[in-house]
Amino acid sequence: MAEEKFDAIVIGAGMSGNAAAYVMAERGLKVLQLERGEYPGSKNVQGAILYADMLEKIIPDFREDAPLERHLVEQRFWMMSDTAHTGMHYRSDAFNEEKPNRYTIIRSQFDRWFNGKVREKGAIVLTETTVTDLVTGRDGAVIGVRTDRAGGPIYADVVVLAEGVNGLLGTRAGLRDRPKAAQVALAVKEMHFMPRETIEARFNLDGDAGAVIEAAGTISKGMTGMGFVYTNKESLSVGFGCLVSDFAEGDETPYGLLDAFRQHPSIRPLLADAEIKEYAAHLIPEGGYKAIPQLFGDGWVVVGDAAQFNNAIHREGSNLAMTTGRLAAEAIFQLKSRKLPFTKDNLALYKTLVDGSFVMKDLKKYKDMPKLLHTHSSNFFLTYPQLVAKAMEDFVRVDGTPKLDKEKATLRNFARTRSWTGLVGDAFRLARAWR
Amino acid sequence: MTAPVKAPRVEEKLYQNRYQVDAGKPHITVTPHETPSANLVAMTKICPAGCYAKNDAGQVEIVADGCMECGTCRVLCEETGEITWNYPRGGYGVLFKFG
Repeated sequence: MAEEKFDAIVIGAGMSGNAAAYVMAERGLKVLQLERGEYPGSKNVQGAILYADMLEKIIPDFREDAPLERHLVEQRFWMMSDTAHTGMHYRSDAFNEEKPNRYTIIRSQFDRWFNGKVREKGAIVLTETTVTDLVTGRDGAVIGVRTDRAGGPIYADVVVLAEGVNGLLGTRAGLRDRPKAAQVALAVKEMHFMPRETIEARFNLDGDAGAVIEAAGTISKGMTGMGFVYTNKESLSVGFGCLVSDFAEGDETPYGLLDAFRQHPSIRPLLADAEIKEYAAHLIPEGGYKAIPQLFGDGWVVVGDAAQFNNAIHREGSNLAMTTGRLAAEAIFQLKSRKLPFTKDNLALYKTLVDGSFVMKDLKKYKDMPKLLHTHSSNFFLTYPQLVAKAMEDFVRVDGTPKLDKEKATLRNFARTRSWTGLVGDAFRLARAWR
Repeated sequence: MTAPVKAPRVEEKLYQNRYQVDAGKPHITVTPHETPSANLVAMTKICPAGCYAKNDAGQVEIVADGCMECGTCRVLCEETGEITWNYPRGGYGVLFKFG
């Protein structure tokens, strides 16, 4: 292996690494992919929702054999107080289509399948191999990697860093900064197994149709965070996440918050009698547009979570990972076919492609959202959910109080708790950040 | 702020997981210290695997066997040099069946 030189080395076999390796191998490049897990997927954690469009652009017929769980027909947004939830549900039969738009997946199984496709295209995949260092040439360009396997460095024209949100290699080599505590959320998740008929009855589902609940409110104790329940075929993915910077200042434990979420009166009946088979933890990039690092340099590009590519508002991470992996591969293929060297100037093509795609346009749209939610977290995650729950209770509870008095009380309640200027200011800031 | 929710025993959650422990070669170590920083003390609550604990003398120690390799402690404590953080050798560490 040591004498052999590759066109490209891909570090990591998650969504972005698999997308990059697949596209490059398909175009005939000589690709080596390195994965530290026992099998691809064994280190990877996600909710998880797969968006079909981004995978179709890589593997158009993926539905034929990919391990998909349920196609989503219903989205429930719940604003939670300690005893109640106020929900907005969207369900449409239009999502029961021939080629559904979104699926739940189980990442370890899905990534194993995806990586099998990478191998079919001719890439060499080495698992149980941790990359320990990037190898640089005299001019500072990245020219290869060292691993914890016996033997010397492995060389390539270009290295694709698909090493995930907690990637050590790029930060150690000075290519980007370590994520800051306010730029990552810590999420914990459990897999709750139950018969599929039970899931379908509890969530009002037919066959392979699925639903997701995304919940925010007092469950995060004033921190920026949210909980979720995703329906798989025979399991529910139940998770909870909060910003690491908020965790660091508070007294909560992530597993304590997850258990409190599970025991919320609105959630508990959905999970009754489940068998829990796994507990996982993972960081989620939350920094948005302003946290995106330098994406390319002499002999390297960085893709996916490692580059903070995640749309936290729309919960789109893996599709940004797949898309940036694919775009990096296309840029590398173009340079290779034009016989151009993999210099920083030439690899700027990757950034040009990302800038022209939905990835950067969406992240730019929400560039002010992280700051808004992080600096006013107790209003958005504690105060408003309680006010809304009280307003809803007053609206539905019949107790002889005249309706006009109830409405006045609700308005007074909002104004007293958050002040009129605070309310107007929050609405204005939210609208501006959303624009 | 309200009182923190009562934490369950995290060991019971980790019991479900599969690990290949690299005996004698922990991938995270805590640097010997007199007084731990606020962030290092915070890890005794934040670590989702409960790997960090305070000893009787007030220093923070780690047993990394149950680590899920999330990187939270690296984000909070690596910069100050209070911990060292590496990924386990290839094939070792947590092995998710579902992920």
